[in-house]
Amino acid sequence: MSLASRIEGLGAAVLRSGRSGIRLALIGAASLRGVAERDYPKGEVARQMYIVGNKSVLFIAITMGFLGMVMVIQSGHQLNRVTGDLTQLGPQFLKLFIQEFAPTITALMLATRVGAGIAAEVGSMKVTEQIDALRLSGITPTSYLIAPRLVACLVMGIILTIIAIVVAFTAGGISAWSVFGLNPTAFFDSSMVRAYDVVIGFTKAFSYSLAIPIISGFCGLEARGGSEGVGTATTSAVIGSSFAVLLLDFIISGIGLTVFGGGV
Amino acid sequence: MIGDTTIGAIGRGTLFAWRELGGITILTGKVLRALIPPRLDGPELLRNMYRMGNRSLPIIALTAFFVGGIMVIQAGVLVKQLNAAGLVGWGAGYAIFREVGPMLIALMFSGRVGSNNTAELATMTVTEQLDGLRALAIDPIPYLVVPRVIAMTVCLLCLVILGNLIALYGGAFFAMLLLDLEFSTLYYSLVDNISWLDFVHGAVKAAAFGAAIAMTSCYFGVSVRGGAVGVGKAVNAAVVAAAISIVTLDFLLTAVLP
Repeated sequence: MSLASRIEGLGAAVLRSGRSGIRLALIGAASLRGVAERDYPKGEVARQMYIVGNKSVLFIAITMGFLGMVMVIQSGHQLNRVTGDLTQLGPQFLKLFIQEFAPTITALMLATRVGAGIAAEVGSMKVTEQIDALRLSGITPTSYLIAPRLVACLVMGIILTIIAIVVAFTAGGISAWSVFGLNPTAFFDSSMVRAYDVVIGFTKAFSYSLAIPIISGFCGLEARGGSEGVGTATTSAVIGSSFAVLLLDFIISGIGLTVFGGGV
Repeated sequence: MIGDTTIGAIGRGTLFAWRELGGITILTGKVLRALIPPRLDGPELLRNMYRMGNRSLPIIALTAFFVGGIMVIQAGVLVKQLNAAGLVGWGAGYAIFREVGPMLIALMFSGRVGSNNTAELATMTVTEQLDGLRALAIDPIPYLVVPRVIAMTVCLLCLVILGNLIALYGGAFFAMLLLDLEFSTLYYSLVDNISWLDFVHGAVKAAAFGAAIAMTSCYFGVSVRGGAVGVGKAVNAAVVAAAISIVTLDFLLTAVLP
């Protein structure tokens, strides 16, 4: 490959991603407007909430339960090695879980499960020209399809995050008690949690739940070329929303640390 | 309607989970038997490794870079509270090597490679290409499944080792930027406190996660039924099963490994 064609390829990639970025922003804005106008069929939000929430709750509970146990065992071994004092294990664990792991891991799981579902559904509507049919009947696809999913993700994302905190904290307490013989009253102690941690955790959960349906819906609407296109759209929805979650995590934590000094 | 429907749903869910688990176990057995003596398609293995490993490197590198930053920010709060700058390198490094690095990179890998692989195999299955192979007396397991399993295991192992390094550099970069720490402070804090066991712990996890992603994604690919709709469902089921097996394996390996 000659140098000129390499530069051309790079330029084309930059242009392509710039254009995709603009389209993503437009679709995001249109979906938010759709939420404000509430221009979707009755009961659609409830149906989406059932799909996003009820169908994911077992999945989230299993993954977060195991994660809670792993983190307590790992950090318990380290604390034993360094100080031998495990009384701070529970309170610090709860604090870290509320502001970091519960929102982020829940959102990563939702990105795989819900994001893939949204992209597959919207994508197959797109390649079978059902989206065009919607436009033809004067219905905006963003407010009809993405807005109810956005509302459902916002509500259920936050509820699932709370469930994740409860499950992981309980599982962690049980494993601390059975592995290290730690007294449950010492573990289940929320005195270290400050308002700052809760605000950061919920800001994260809120922004992730906003990003996942918009990015996945965007990937679905961009799908083209038959069932293969739907597969590509699903993959890019999962990757795009997972990466957005990690990037938002980094940005929000960074702002928390530099602007608010970590809440200290 | 608590009662019959609820209990029925629990029973159906349990049966479904055990059937899939049994199917994955049987497929794993077939793959292991195809490995002794090794019967697999060499060019297919290389093609898959390039597709799964090299093509995933940019997104994995970017992920790892920010994961390093996130870990340092979390450790940074402790620095401000306890004035313990000497612990940042160790804390972030320990978490990255043992837990966060393998797990987050495996989740990204599952989203990118696992779902793609399920979609590809499932499309081949519903268009009866697997039956076509069998009609030509080619066993699809050594020809299609074994190269993918080996490729995913090796690629994820390599990507996690590379990703750990990038995450450490990302962490160091953001620690210098946000916490005003010296690079040497971080470096000595890491190398004085971390042992080679932490690295091996993460590497074993990475290989196990790779094999788990491969087995779940191949199983849901070859066992799909019901046309294009079935392919979509299989992809969704595969990523969910992969995520569950990653966290359960993480728990088991944490308990077993030193």
